[in-house]
Amino acid sequence: MELSGAQILVQSLIDEGVEYIFGYPGGAVLHLYDALFQQDEIKHILVRHEQGATHAADGYARATGKPGVVLVTSGPGATNAVTGIATAYLDSIPMVIISGQVSLPVIGSDAFQEVDMIGITRPCVKHNYLVKDVTKLAETIKKAFYVATTGRPGPVVVDVPKDITAPHIKVPYKYPKKVTIRSYNPVVTGHKGQIKKAVDLLLSAQKPIIYSGGGVILGEASKELTEFTNKLGYPITNTLMGLGAFPGTDKQFIGMLGMHGTYEANMAMHESDVIIAIGARFDDRVTGKLDLFCPYAKIIHIDIDPASISKTVKVDIPIVGDIKPVLEQMLELIKESNKKPDKKALELWWSQIGQWRAVNCLEYDRESPLIKPQYVIEQLYEVTKGDAYVTSDVGQHQMWAAQYYPFDKPRRWINSGGLGTMGFGMPAAIGVKLAFPDADVACVTGEASIQMCIQELSTAFQYKTPIKIINLNNRYMGMVRQWQEFSYESRYSHSYMDTIPEFVKLAEAYGHVGMRIEKPEEVRPALEAAFAMKDRTVFLDIMTDRTENVYPMIEAGKGHHDMKLRVAIGTSTDRELA
Amino acid sequence: MRHIISILMENESGALSRVAGLFSARGYNIESLTVAPTQDPSLSRMTLVTRGSEEIIEQITKQLNKLIDVVKLIDLAESFHIERELMMVKIKATGEMRDEIRSMADIFRGKIIDVTPTTYIVEMTGPSEKLDAFIAAIDPDSVIEAVRSGPTGISRGEKGLHL
Repeated sequence: MELSGAQILVQSLIDEGVEYIFGYPGGAVLHLYDALFQQDEIKHILVRHEQGATHAADGYARATGKPGVVLVTSGPGATNAVTGIATAYLDSIPMVIISGQVSLPVIGSDAFQEVDMIGITRPCVKHNYLVKDVTKLAETIKKAFYVATTGRPGPVVVDVPKDITAPHIKVPYKYPKKVTIRSYNPVVTGHKGQIKKAVDLLLSAQKPIIYSGGGVILGEASKELTEFTNKLGYPITNTLMGLGAFPGTDKQFIGMLGMHGTYEANMAMHESDVIIAIGARFDDRVTGKLDLFCPYAKIIHIDIDPASISKTVKVDIPIVGDIKPVLEQMLELIKESNKKPDKKALELWWSQIGQWRAVNCLEYDRESPLIKPQYVIEQLYEVTKGDAYVTSDVGQHQMWAAQYYPFDKPRRWINSGGLGTMGFGMPAAIGVKLAFPDADVACVTGEASIQMCIQELSTAFQYKTPIKIINLNNRYMGMVRQWQEFSYESRYSHSYMDTIPEFVKLAEAYGHVGMRIEKPEEVRPALEAAFAMKDRTVFLDIMTDRTENVYPMIEAGKGHHDMKLRVAIGTSTDRELA
Repeated sequence: MRHIISILMENESGALSRVAGLFSARGYNIESLTVAPTQDPSLSRMTLVTRGSEEIIEQITKQLNKLIDVVKLIDLAESFHIERELMMVKIKATGEMRDEIRSMADIFRGKIIDVTPTTYIVEMTGPSEKLDAFIAAIDPDSVIEAVRSGPTGISRGEKGLHL
């Protein structure tokens, strides 16, 4: 079969099993778009800005586990995609981004819409390829998917010059079933001796804690993690990226850890004698000040990426490998071992954790006449029966969603954890909804974040992806304002916008339903009405308490044991801010 | 501590910039870097001299291994190895200085590879410290220019860095 480069690229994606491409056409990809037009196996989702394409593909990938695919043109199309590529990179999300490039003979001549995409994306991709030979195109696409989805996943850019896709140059096409790359062999099985040592240490622990992260979700190891945790009876905390890997409503779950984690999770980390970190990377938002991090603990760390091990925190027993088989092996050894977890020590440990839990660190003012953002999330949880896909943007609302919506299943909580990209949530929700048209998909956002990719409301209308946008509108960049309150003597420098659009009208202008909610008693009925509208995107503009802060909090330079708690319920409501 | 990292990598365009970019992005220090294709033209061999604590060197080797184009690497400082650097120095040489520089080059096992009525070019290989010593031994005002390749290294014994 002889095909042009454009046809080869499209056919390769079909043969790879790609369902959706998120993209935006332009000069350098016109041949490709022409080839797309002449087939009906892959659906193309036309976004309104290339950043939206990357986030939508990313949301699709996070919800399904399948790689997200993006197609953008050269120059500005490519640079607009960079934020989304970096977002996927920081959270290890498998994506393949195809960017157009100017024709090979003019590369380097500052041609129209030319930018060095390979150079620009090098530090924020797992790998990238510039295609210089049309006969290698199919193999390059296969390699891109192979690299993106294996080992520690990540985004891979394939930069395709326009002349490579020219319709008049046809070459034989065959999509390789398999590729091998001699310089790339991700480790899968863990070292047996290390696993044995880890199990011995775990079973001799007095104050153990399981600290698991997004790697468990990426590695499809939630079932194994749950069985492992239940078998041991140890407390478990999840990172922001790991929420849902272990059921959030299980009694062994002691909440998220880190900067806005629960008091009990952070105290338990601090006091523990053995930590097993599973698919987590000791991010600075998790550890707090490194010198103060877990002073009494021996640390076991399972990760597929050797570079994640002992990067910031020195660990005692490293295990490099795919989490699922490693946990299976550990579970086997635990069952075989004649050593059992120390029941007495564990009882003491749980009673200590119970005391920390009794601090009730997530309690807030339920009597307030203003809408508390936490209340909105709790109501969202109830209305969706805890079974929605929840995407978020970045800031206070993100933390509240993470704190007050316990996720029982993996891949339900979709947020930009590593890069912290405002504008992520709504396009991501569109990607999720395309993957799961029958599921409830909510985007928890704020009036600042939502405006960073607001144009994708138009995409949501065009492709009839009925998502529910929960806009916690506090008329501030809440997290910025909170830090300014705590660390800059309430000098609210540019964390407020003088004009905020009327979101109800805006939603309506884009063809959706808009609702403005101003009183606590309106929240529940509005949410119920919104989720009952199965075929409409609904924008709920919820006017929340402007003064609310995210508690508890580890402030910069402090350790897990030194959390800032809410001083007294109700004290924040009457403060004058603006 | 000083480490010499020897890297076998795909001989592809952009591979060098991936290594250089990694070092600048992560704030690692590169003292010198040399690269050339090997006897297998699909592979390049790079020798990189860097300094850092054990933890940093461990991260550097892990991060380098993570690059898709890197096939294999070793830290030569971990075992017995031989290290050589090439230097060419253009020196002002007139009158009595002509003899003096010639004998100095002899002492350091250097060779004069180019002669004009007023200059010599001295070629010298050896460990970097030897080249430093030669430069220190001659009058700094007489050096017109010096060019150094940066060290390359190879491990001793039967083991080698290959596919």
